[in-house]
Amino acid sequence: MLLQVDGLRKAFGRRIAVDGVTFSIDVGEIVGFLGPNGAGKTTTMRMIAGYLEPDDGAIKVFNIDVVQERRRAQERVGYLPEGAPLYGEMTPWSFLRFVAEARGMTLTAARHAVRRAAQDARLGDSIDRPIDTLSKGYRRRVGLAAALLHDPMLLILDEPTDGLDPNQRHAVRDLIRKLGEERGLIISTHSLEEVEAVCTRAIVIDQGRIVADATPQALIEKHGDLERAFAALTRQEERV
Amino acid sequence: MKTKRPGLASMLAIYRRELLSYVTTPTAYVFAAVFLFSIGLFTFQIGGFFEARTADLSAFFGFHPWIFMVFLPAIAMRLWAEESRSGALELLLTLPCPTWSLVLGKFLAAWTVAAAALLLTTPLWITVNVLGSPDNAAILTAYIASLLMAGAYIAIGSAMSALTQAQIVAFVLAVLISFLVTALGLPLVLDFLAGVIDGGAAEALARFSVLHHFDAAQRGVVEFRSVFYFATLIAVCLSFTALAVDARRGG
Repeated sequence: MLLQVDGLRKAFGRRIAVDGVTFSIDVGEIVGFLGPNGAGKTTTMRMIAGYLEPDDGAIKVFNIDVVQERRRAQERVGYLPEGAPLYGEMTPWSFLRFVAEARGMTLTAARHAVRRAAQDARLGDSIDRPIDTLSKGYRRRVGLAAALLHDPMLLILDEPTDGLDPNQRHAVRDLIRKLGEERGLIISTHSLEEVEAVCTRAIVIDQGRIVADATPQALIEKHGDLERAFAALTRQEERV
Repeated sequence: MKTKRPGLASMLAIYRRELLSYVTTPTAYVFAAVFLFSIGLFTFQIGGFFEARTADLSAFFGFHPWIFMVFLPAIAMRLWAEESRSGALELLLTLPCPTWSLVLGKFLAAWTVAAAALLLTTPLWITVNVLGSPDNAAILTAYIASLLMAGAYIAIGSAMSALTQAQIVAFVLAVLISFLVTALGLPLVLDFLAGVIDGGAAEALARFSVLHHFDAAQRGVVEFRSVFYFATLIAVCLSFTALAVDARRGG
């Protein structure tokens, strides 16, 4: 099993963000995390990536406990944080070199890894321009390349296509599909059409709990379409 | 392929990135210029370097604690505050690096900037050698002590920077703490303390001040105690930084 999440819980002060999330992922699965804003998608992903520590529950990547052996688990996970934070004054090339070296790669290995990841994420020839001067879509792809550098088996991508134009979105989806063939992926998204297009499985989260875990097709069959499924499964009122 | 010591490799990567960010943004240059300007002003105008007519740099080194106290928190304030403001902290903390490698890499980069600024003051050293024959060993000792002291102030700045997202808050807190740690040894504070608490206790407290340890070194005396003092101050502040960074994982 690539990833096992069991009874995950996390509270920030009094607010319970994640409340007993349990699921597992195998190679070849592309799981779409769906849910309203504040449902706990990002918090769950952050815990799997080893950024936040869970209050309770267990996360295992290749049977390695993320809390007990955080660094060993993190070596096997590629993570694109929400909004893809980068260092604006660096160029994509120097940024990716930095991430590769910080991951402990030798200089030669780092150079190869950067070249391959840049190619996979289709960074093209803007690789030598300061990140601050690049478009949102391009920056997102730089973040994606950083997540792919060490060729991880498990990829956690928090809103990988948010803010991209239709062409860029199409390219990223192709990449996700390709990556999913021999890896496990979790992507969070607000685009239901995206779940239908790339995901082999949809996990709907609401108020910190999993309210549905099925293939997009099963959800469509049950509710008519994904939009109706989403509306039926999650709380409707606007939350701040 | 992985290097044999991943922690060390991470530290070097962080160090290089941080140093690059200092030299590619104007901050380091502005501060180096302000530092050199103010140290010149203090040494020549207030310290009376030429009027003293002695071939030494006491007028120069005497002002270091006071200038460092303001200048170095300004160098260190962005180390962690900026990472949490921009969200890049999430990126760093999801890399398989031990926390000490992040803390140490950043600290060493800021310390290198301070060392470079210090290096730019060496024309003064050359000048006293042209004008007279100073005790060069003593001056070298004072430079080393000054560098160590700079490390201590940067470590304080790094610890404060890890506490907040706002660089300016980190700066103000670091200046405040640096002032307290420095001024404990000042006659003004000592006399005041001696009036409140036992004179002996005030004296003991003064031994924990930066001034106390830097004064000895300034006279050209290397005391193991002082080296130990600055090293301990650095170690304590960096451990605090690591704890504060790790606490972020708690949410």
